[in-house]
Amino acid sequence: MRRFFFALTTLLLPIATQAQPAAFPSTYEAPPGQTVLFKNATILTGDGRRLDSTDLYIAGGKIKWVGEGEVAPNAVQVDARDRWITPGLIDVHSHLGVYPSPGVAAHSDGNEATAPVTAEVWAEHSVWPQDPGFSRALAGGVTAMQILPGSANLFGGRGVTLKNVPSISYQGMKFPGAPHGLKMACGENPKRVYGNRTQAPSTRMGNVAAYRSAWIRAQRYQADWDRYNQAVKDAAEAAENDSSGASVASALLTNTPPRRNLELDTLAGALRGDILVHMHCYRADEMLTILDMAKEFGYRVGTFHHGVEAYKIADQLADNEVCGALWADWWGFKIEAYDGIQENIALVDRPAGGCAIVHSDSDEGIQRLNQEAAKAMLRGNRAGLDIPPERAIRWITYNAAKSLGVHEQTGSIESGKMADVVLWNQDPFSVYAKPLRVYIDGVLRYEQNNPSLNPQSDFELGQLMGAAQ
Amino acid sequence: MSISRLLFALLGSLLLASQGQAASILITNGTVFTGDDTESNQLDILIEDGLIEAVASDLSDARADQVIDAAGRPVTPALFAGITAAGLSEIGMVYEAVDSRLNELYTGLMHPEFDVRKAYNPLSSVVPVTRIEGYGYSLLMAASGDRTISGQGSLVRFDGGFDSFEGKTTVYINVDGYSGNKIGGSRAAHWMLLESTFDELSVDDEDLTLISAAGKAALKTLRRDGLFVFHANRASDILQVLAFSRKHKLSAVISGGQEAWIVREALAASGTTVVINALDNLPGSFDGLGARLDNAALLHEAGITLLFTSGETHNARKLRQVAGNAVTNGLPYEVAMAAMTSLPAEIFGGRPRMIAPGLRADVVIWSGDPLEVTSAADQVIIDGKLDPMTSRQTQLLERYLPTDPGLGRAYISP
Repeated sequence: MRRFFFALTTLLLPIATQAQPAAFPSTYEAPPGQTVLFKNATILTGDGRRLDSTDLYIAGGKIKWVGEGEVAPNAVQVDARDRWITPGLIDVHSHLGVYPSPGVAAHSDGNEATAPVTAEVWAEHSVWPQDPGFSRALAGGVTAMQILPGSANLFGGRGVTLKNVPSISYQGMKFPGAPHGLKMACGENPKRVYGNRTQAPSTRMGNVAAYRSAWIRAQRYQADWDRYNQAVKDAAEAAENDSSGASVASALLTNTPPRRNLELDTLAGALRGDILVHMHCYRADEMLTILDMAKEFGYRVGTFHHGVEAYKIADQLADNEVCGALWADWWGFKIEAYDGIQENIALVDRPAGGCAIVHSDSDEGIQRLNQEAAKAMLRGNRAGLDIPPERAIRWITYNAAKSLGVHEQTGSIESGKMADVVLWNQDPFSVYAKPLRVYIDGVLRYEQNNPSLNPQSDFELGQLMGAAQ
Repeated sequence: MSISRLLFALLGSLLLASQGQAASILITNGTVFTGDDTESNQLDILIEDGLIEAVASDLSDARADQVIDAAGRPVTPALFAGITAAGLSEIGMVYEAVDSRLNELYTGLMHPEFDVRKAYNPLSSVVPVTRIEGYGYSLLMAASGDRTISGQGSLVRFDGGFDSFEGKTTVYINVDGYSGNKIGGSRAAHWMLLESTFDELSVDDEDLTLISAAGKAALKTLRRDGLFVFHANRASDILQVLAFSRKHKLSAVISGGQEAWIVREALAASGTTVVINALDNLPGSFDGLGARLDNAALLHEAGITLLFTSGETHNARKLRQVAGNAVTNGLPYEVAMAAMTSLPAEIFGGRPRMIAPGLRADVVIWSGDPLEVTSAADQVIIDGKLDPMTSRQTQLLERYLPTDPGLGRAYISP
């Protein structure tokens, strides 16, 4: 009898604890990284420091040390005098792969715009790894990015964080251990898409009602699982304590696990904090509504995306430890973007604890995050906020990594972290700056003017044959 | 001087002062880009009554109401903002506030007589937002909508005038695959319809099928003195534009031009100007598989006159970043500067935009390199008047920059 219980509990436990085997797991494995000593570089560490004329050593895929330390005899030395080094850039808001180039209708895979709540869809299942945009972003120094569903829906689905390495599959790009994101959207887009179909939501109040209804379902779903998990745990403990075999068996067998629901899996994951919430929201008043809703349901908003009015509530964002992933200068393309100002990023960065991020939402912008950050830095400085490059670089490195929950692994130049590193020809905050080399996990993945280190997607092969070069 | 004349003069100068407008301005120690493709020089500039009076290495003896020490900062003619809907589109997705294109008016595909200038609103917030970033003029577009000939426009100055139009009338023609798909499923339909339309111009048939009488009259005039802006990216489409323009004796400009580098010899031979977005480097469609970052450099090397556009209206101010990236990817700096200042005026027939005596004073003093993302316009001067350098956006900043909101931000009046 004892044996039976043991078998039963081990069988049920994996379901019961909801520790599903990771679905669609990462298959990314970096080849052995190079061993490189960069000499006399200007290093922007990504977490706020600037180190002049400093050495950086990477080996085994990791940053080994900054400053001084032991060097293996086989290390390659790179003279980085007059060169700048930053962490690999990170874009928290990209649609590469889900809205790829060429942008033909059959490639339009970013919005499951058939219902306002589609928390069950995962952006990774739409990612076309052959999007030529990935390699262009790599040439701009981007080593990781979050691919998000679009904003047609209130709950658009899960986002996925990828390493920017060429692969046949998105699994081969998936950032190991990175949490999923949950894309949500405020405002005009959902109410326009569904309102035009005379379907809910057609108003902002309709948006909020629908979010809350979904959260209520997710709370119930989580409670069902919690109750079931508790019963299984109690049964296991009872078996362990050798209580009456018959009653334990019946307790176990009558507790059928709740039926899994993909939509509510995602929402419950967000409530538990396992999935990070990324909320597309432009207007200040709507962001404050969302923060109240998060309090009502006990979850955290990780990052507001776009937030052209974030500057109006910079203090509240900092108090709530919410990041703002923003554009340097986009405005006016719709009325909720009418109050955009170029100082937005700098103002969100101003309060203690402010978490400003420069995001792209663009296959062009992702190639020039450094330029976008430079523009935002300029506007902050002209407004008297005194933002040096070592501060501004956080907006496209460490803060972005924090938003994606990968800041322990990447996002700054610190020993022990992944060797995701960009070597620039000059100060990266310039229109004339270009990455000379891009390393991901210590592997040289891009080198300027080196055709063998300029990856091309399958789509690009054999095009325009016979065209004059 | 009589008392009344003295009072009048005093009042006049007070009025000028209150508007921040000096009748004469002396800019000293500027690093001056005159607007052509030559290198900059250290120069002084004297502006009087709206015109550039003198440009010389030392004008310190000149009398001026106001002296601005540029202290070595760059000084340029006010920049070209690209082909935009500035003053035609207040908010992109608020359709009642967008007047740059014809949609859902089922009166045919050819509307050269649709003149977007009738809808131009200089009081749009987009105009000062763009102007204070150093931009003095733009080419108004009739956006493609769902037409082959989508309408006409021209240069417009950002001086606040209701009719500040200049230069040749530009006619917009779309011959790309995307619009081709809307008119029967083939880009060849554009050429079929365009050929038929132009045939109708030469016959005295009142029974027009493709174009209205007004459209026909407009096209007849524009064929003589207008400029035809063809939107085309694919190499083969560009060659069709050249052949069509040759056959019908049209002055043509290509906009788009992502694959222009492939047919650059033909473009150079025809003397056709190409307006590109120098950031285009992705195969965004099958019309632009050959998009590449050194397009600008290749076209210039082939001897082609090159201009920039960003495809943006609200963020048209991004255009100098576009030009800067062209330089980063091989275009000579001075060529990019000419493309951002004097060349668009020259190509589209506007008044000259150079820093030279006798020309209108549309001038910008920059904090640093005008093509650099870490520089901005410090002072814009249009028509010899100091721009107040304010916009809706500077006022929003003034309202939200103070850390103490007091009684509320609504009480902070910039």
